[in-house]
Amino acid sequence: MTVTLKDYASPVKPTWCPGCGDYGILAAIRQALVQVGLAPHEVLIVTGIGCGSKLPDYMHVNGFMTLHGRPLPIATGIRLANHGLKVLVVHGDGDSMGLGMGHFIHAARRNLDLVDLIQNNQIYGLTKGQYSPTSDPGFITSTSPEGALEGAANPVALALAAGATFVARGFAGDTKGLADLVARAIEHRGYALVDVLQPCVTFNRKNTYDWYRERVYNLAESGHDPRDRLAAYQKALEWGDRIPLGVFYQTERPTYEEQVVALKEGPLALRTLTKLSLQEVEQLRSEFM
Amino acid sequence: MSIINDLTFKIAGAAGQGVESSGAGFAQALARGGLYLFGLQDYMSRIRGGLNFFQVRVHEHPLYSHEEAVHVLLPLNEEALEEYVDEVAPGGGVIYDEGLKVDREWVAGKGRKAMPVPLIEIAKEHGDRVMANTAALGAAAGVVEYSYERLADVIRQNFRRKGEDVVAANLRVGRAAYLYAQERYAADFQWKLRQIPEAPQRLVMSGNQALALGALAGGCRFMAAYPMTPTTSILEWLARHERQYGVVTKHAEDEIAAICMAIGANFAGVRAMVATSGGGFSLMVEALGLAGMCEVPLVIVEGQRGGPSTGLPTRTEQGDLLFVINASQGEFPRLVLAPGTVEECFECGWRAFNLAEKYQTPVIILSDQFLASSLRTVEVEAIDFDRVVIDRGKLLSAEELDALTEPYKRHRFTEDGISPRAIPGHPKAVYATASDEHDEFGHITEEMHNRRKMMQKRMKKLETARQDIRPPIQYGPAGAPIVLIGWGSTYGVLREVVDRLEGEARLVHFCDLWPFPAQAAAEALRDGTGVVVENNLTGQFRRLLRSETCLPIEHSISRYDGRPFSPEEILAGLKEIRK
Ligand SMILES: Cc1ncc(C[n+]2csc(CCOP(=O)(O)OP(=O)(O)O)c2C)c(N)n1
Ligand code: SF4
Ligand SMILES: [Mg+2]
Repeated sequence: MTVTLKDYASPVKPTWCPGCGDYGILAAIRQALVQVGLAPHEVLIVTGIGCGSKLPDYMHVNGFMTLHGRPLPIATGIRLANHGLKVLVVHGDGDSMGLGMGHFIHAARRNLDLVDLIQNNQIYGLTKGQYSPTSDPGFITSTSPEGALEGAANPVALALAAGATFVARGFAGDTKGLADLVARAIEHRGYALVDVLQPCVTFNRKNTYDWYRERVYNLAESGHDPRDRLAAYQKALEWGDRIPLGVFYQTERPTYEEQVVALKEGPLALRTLTKLSLQEVEQLRSEFM
Repeated sequence: MSIINDLTFKIAGAAGQGVESSGAGFAQALARGGLYLFGLQDYMSRIRGGLNFFQVRVHEHPLYSHEEAVHVLLPLNEEALEEYVDEVAPGGGVIYDEGLKVDREWVAGKGRKAMPVPLIEIAKEHGDRVMANTAALGAAAGVVEYSYERLADVIRQNFRRKGEDVVAANLRVGRAAYLYAQERYAADFQWKLRQIPEAPQRLVMSGNQALALGALAGGCRFMAAYPMTPTTSILEWLARHERQYGVVTKHAEDEIAAICMAIGANFAGVRAMVATSGGGFSLMVEALGLAGMCEVPLVIVEGQRGGPSTGLPTRTEQGDLLFVINASQGEFPRLVLAPGTVEECFECGWRAFNLAEKYQTPVIILSDQFLASSLRTVEVEAIDFDRVVIDRGKLLSAEELDALTEPYKRHRFTEDGISPRAIPGHPKAVYATASDEHDEFGHITEEMHNRRKMMQKRMKKLETARQDIRPPIQYGPAGAPIVLIGWGSTYGVLREVVDRLEGEARLVHFCDLWPFPAQAAAEALRDGTGVVVENNLTGQFRRLLRSETCLPIEHSISRYDGRPFSPEEILAGLKEIRK
């Protein structure tokens, strides 16, 4: 049975502002899942808290909308319990680079097989417009009236430094290109970051669709070799007049799950739970004699 | 006149001197000989230096508690001798290496027997200097004339991995020290240990070990934790059993990650737990509420230690009771169990998973450093694997899901508040749920009628869960004038006090704490003078009891210096009260 976009349709209408970049991301994720041929029951989308984190509510898919900053460790537990599920983490820049920064670095180095998509609008949307860890320096918001005083967190560079095996950036204004990137991230075996430039039309009047459109360019078309980690670092640091999109880096490394001995016989969640055998009980007792 | 099979030995020294391994080895040798033990461990929050001890009370009848008097002290350095010599009962002895700077006259002047043995010399002569602790154990066995063969069994087992030569050398060292000490001191030493012929094999177990074993037996297949005294050894124990029992353990980046991983695993359908202490639990609180809100089963072991903050990191306290019962913003159901013995630890270990899945909500096992690390001998049958039940509650099977004719509602309103649960992955039960308030499908909604019904539904589970809450355990003669009231790890010491008071007192011990068994408590406490005994300053259980039953308990005995109660101390407290 082939999967179609209709399979992912939800009766729930998004509550996002008209024109919000999250619509593009939602469309791209659905499109990507159809492209790779996964049905809704085979997928689980874990989100945090933020405007964009409501995404699973607007699709027909397994979802878990969790806590601000914590979807990555929750997804980790899910993958370890059932590595038969395709797990996507979707969360904001505040969620991933603020509260969740520690988990992000550990997820990247841990290399579980999951997609980590950041809805990066460089602002706190749901709490109505405060600056975020990814806001550009000098960015004026209600909590940075003199302009943001910190350097911006760079998810792409951080993921590379942490040892991520797939690092990409997309743009919510280019649904088709983003869908392709997400599909590649899904097909990648290991931790796959997709940092998505997402215009927030209500609270971020600086980083608008036009602002991004004037700056973005395609890495593949520029001749970048995604196997070259040093070149990827160089590209990751590019920001301002020109902003690269596409796959910065991709490599292969054993995933965490495939190295766990206890998972060799298949997903834990699918095994029937039984009492210990007499022999096992005897053996365990002997440890205490 | 000899006193047979009733003594306490204490081995003490600096961290890094092998206090724990030696103490545990000796204890094992005694248990093999059919004797009952209660082992108390005390260590400082440092890796080298300081003073640690391992104290083991030995008897031919079952033991539930330590007591204060020591009969054989084995100090591994001068400081330990000075610190603990006054605990030695008159006539008791101190066995130490001849090389220690000890004034024999000073020890003798205190009415204790100084029993120097050239432990290091014996170790060097018959093996290697590192075997001095084996010599010490040999000497201790020699003084009390315990069977050397039982000690030899343990030496063989514990050094097997290091090869035959090491085993043989240790055996020579142990025997030489045994003979040396026996020859010089045994005739003049009152306390003796004899093995009990044909006694059944018994288990020697700590609270943590029993909890881990119970969890494994109860189907725990995932555990995440961040190391923290006193529960670290639960993670370590399960990690050691990963391969053979198909358990996944994860040493997480922090406690927030640990609890989130366990929530994720439970959400995906695998019985999962975390273990921590108060500090880690503080970090977990937000996620505790997530499990409550999204109706995800979860088992949390909270091993209390002296708080607040880092407090007394390696010591004991019962200071987190009201915290764990109330932790988190908002209202949701949770269950709290506070085992008091190794047997209860094992049982709570598996029971907690059934309760968590049955009520689809967090279950907290409240332990403490004392219970976690004390060792006890128990009969093999007391760790009852036959009684273990795996009951997954309203978990829908694949067949039941196949047969669904209506759209699946994860949070369906039901009589008892419990909704049939599907784990994600079945085509007929695709759903998303949210930490935001949600409707029966899991969709986010702020609609007020739904909110009321959802709140009621979730809290209804707490009422339903009362059917599984056990009344307090009573011990001692009904009608005894004094009623000792305790919870968690004080069970053993209170039981000992009841025995010593011969008819004067009885014990009401609470293991199941939340939802509070108010009616059963009121019945159990109707007659007699109640005395609440707890390891905290503000009388948390007493306050809980009052708020849940309106019973004002007048008396209490409390301790909050990080050390467990001794029976002597409680007896003294009762004397004060009865004045
Ligand atoms: C522990 C905690 N702190 C704060 C909040 C409030 N909060 C909700 S969303 C949010 C930030 C949202 O920003 P982002 O993650 O970038 O998502 P966006 O709304 O921009 O999509 C904050 C601070 C919360 N829900 N939980
Ligand atoms: S506030 Fe910004 S991010 Fe949130 S829905 Fe509106 S446009 Fe989107
Ligand atoms: Mg944001």
